[in-house]
Amino acid sequence: MAEASTKGKRVALFATCLVDLMRPNVGFAAARLIEDAGYQLEVPEGQTCCGQPAYNGGDRAAAVAAALYTIDVLSGFDYVVLPSGSCAAMISRHYPTLFEKGSANHDRAVALAARTFELTVFLADIAKTELSSSSTIGAITYHDSCSGLRELGIHDQPRKLLSAMEGVTISEMKNPDTCCGFGGTFCIKYPEISSRLAERKASDIVQTGASTLVAGDVGCMLNIEGKLHRQGSDIKVRHVAEILADMVDD
Amino acid sequence: MEVTSNQFKQEASKALRNPVLQKALGHIEEGFVEARNQAARRLPEFEQMRDRARDIKAHAIDNLGFYLSQFEDQVIAQGGQVHWAADAQEAREIVAAICLDQGARNIAKSKSMVTEEIELGPYLEAKGLASVETDLGEYIIQLRDEKPSHIIAPIIHLSKEQVSDTFYEHHQKHGYFDKLTERSALVKQARSVLRKSFMNADVGITGANFLVAETGSVVLVTNEGNGDLVTTIPDTHIVVTGIEKVVPTMDDCHTLLRVLVRSATGQDTTSYVSFFTGAKRPGDAAGPSNFHVVLVDNGRSDMVGGVNHDMLRCIRCGACLNHCPVYANIGGHAYGSVYPGPMGAVLTPQLAGVEQAIDLPNASTFCGKCEEVCPVRIPLPSLMRHWREEEFARHLTPKPMRFGLGMWSWLGRQPALYRVVLSMVQRVLGLFAKRGWVKHLPMGTSWTLYRDMKAPKGGSFQQQWRRR
Repeated sequence: MAEASTKGKRVALFATCLVDLMRPNVGFAAARLIEDAGYQLEVPEGQTCCGQPAYNGGDRAAAVAAALYTIDVLSGFDYVVLPSGSCAAMISRHYPTLFEKGSANHDRAVALAARTFELTVFLADIAKTELSSSSTIGAITYHDSCSGLRELGIHDQPRKLLSAMEGVTISEMKNPDTCCGFGGTFCIKYPEISSRLAERKASDIVQTGASTLVAGDVGCMLNIEGKLHRQGSDIKVRHVAEILADMVDD
Repeated sequence: MEVTSNQFKQEASKALRNPVLQKALGHIEEGFVEARNQAARRLPEFEQMRDRARDIKAHAIDNLGFYLSQFEDQVIAQGGQVHWAADAQEAREIVAAICLDQGARNIAKSKSMVTEEIELGPYLEAKGLASVETDLGEYIIQLRDEKPSHIIAPIIHLSKEQVSDTFYEHHQKHGYFDKLTERSALVKQARSVLRKSFMNADVGITGANFLVAETGSVVLVTNEGNGDLVTTIPDTHIVVTGIEKVVPTMDDCHTLLRVLVRSATGQDTTSYVSFFTGAKRPGDAAGPSNFHVVLVDNGRSDMVGGVNHDMLRCIRCGACLNHCPVYANIGGHAYGSVYPGPMGAVLTPQLAGVEQAIDLPNASTFCGKCEEVCPVRIPLPSLMRHWREEEFARHLTPKPMRFGLGMWSWLGRQPALYRVVLSMVQRVLGLFAKRGWVKHLPMGTSWTLYRDMKAPKGGSFQQQWRRR
């Protein structure tokens, strides 16, 4: 083999606060995928929120405190994997900007950033997983979450992993990369605008005829699922990890 | 700069319920977004050109004093005059003084966002100087006494029927009594009404897309040709523009033109690209005898070296408006500023004061589409985040949001308590759920007025993981 295998290394699963609170099943699915890929999985104790709400809310001091806390919690692992493009980007793109270059904390943030990956990137690009699993899910459509897409370049990885599965076909919606309107606290600060964006997203999803919407971020999922359900649609909304691990919870 | 940006929420709400506006905004995707994508695809080197465009503007801004002074010398050498305006009031006074000095009665204007920014039209009117907007869109909003809702497509908020009504109301004094329904007939009528304004004008006022330091040229792009008519017929041409428009060389200007037009309208080039260099020389067949350039600062030099330094690269193409999911759904007027959308969310707080535009930097999902398409790669979400930090530091952030963020941040560093609170939240959501779904949450109506929420079950992930 040309490159050294990364198998057997220690991987920390950072579940993210939204998975912890709203979608525990996504954490279990992500854990199984990482273990099945041949890694030593741990769920570090004391993990909470990455601090993105404070960072995007303008409370830089709180964002710095959250970053320092999380850097401690996640220290000592070979990799840190998150089932969220948005939280993974917070750690890998934004944590280093919170500290002065050359400072010890900056070095620690940069080191953590370098070993932090969103789940599908980790599976496709680091673990180079060849999934042999199958699913009875049928036609799905995939929503590109904004931070994952534009800050981390996640586009092909989830599609590659999903289309390798027997029983899964991807039916692309119009504008899969248009924001669903979640936007963290945006959905609470500007609920009417957020709702209109979600309506447009829901309409694009319905038009594909797919029975399941798959996404990589629980924030977008809650928003899209909430809108689809309010409209009386029976389209299911799943995290990419739940499909890949064939672990849907209802 | 007078803004009404603090009515953003109410105005956005009205915009979302305005069916005429919603229909008009529907044209953005095909007319601008798709056109820009195709233009970019037609040019394989488009991305490298954006890098060059960014670097040219960055260099020009880093050496602003040098290039402005070179530009001034060249304009003077070509028989023109340069005026420096520190703020909007000075700019208005300079323009009015030139007009009065020429004994001008009629002024023809081509489209310029800087003249909107400094509110030049109303000032000239108060001085008894009648100025007519000759860009079709600007002409229509002048008749309707409205403000532009887009920096390159000022009437994107209007329907053809509204334009028809406006012309029917205002053109009877010009001898037109029929109500027109065809787009081409409306354009034709506007053309013949405006023709008189061009012919009668004593002074022509334009903006500028670029100022070329090495030649002293003022560069203007238009699709209607009105820019050429207001500068060749009257004997005096006044250019009113921002100091950040200067670029070093003609070659640089061409690179920027190529990304500007593709990003703005998706054209390879506009119908007219005009270069104005100095006053009419002996032997020239046409051109203004008096050539004035008013360089407006109005807060721009304060941006140099500050957190919004990168915003000075903006070439006003409007791509960030066209691609913004928020702008695309509410239009420009809700922003309460002549600079709406993502670029306005950065610029308006800078020019009017952040306390006058608290919502603007917050009314973004940070989806990053604006940064993805910006021809000069301005990190617009990061700049909006700077404003959010400024608002937080100055206690302008709404109190409930500030309290909520503070509580959540603090809780994030108390893992034991965090776990207890998560369990409690799950239990509360369970109490409000009916058949697994929350449809009404008294403390969460911002969510439940518009969407449902699937209630989580079985405890938090970490609890369940440790129990396993």
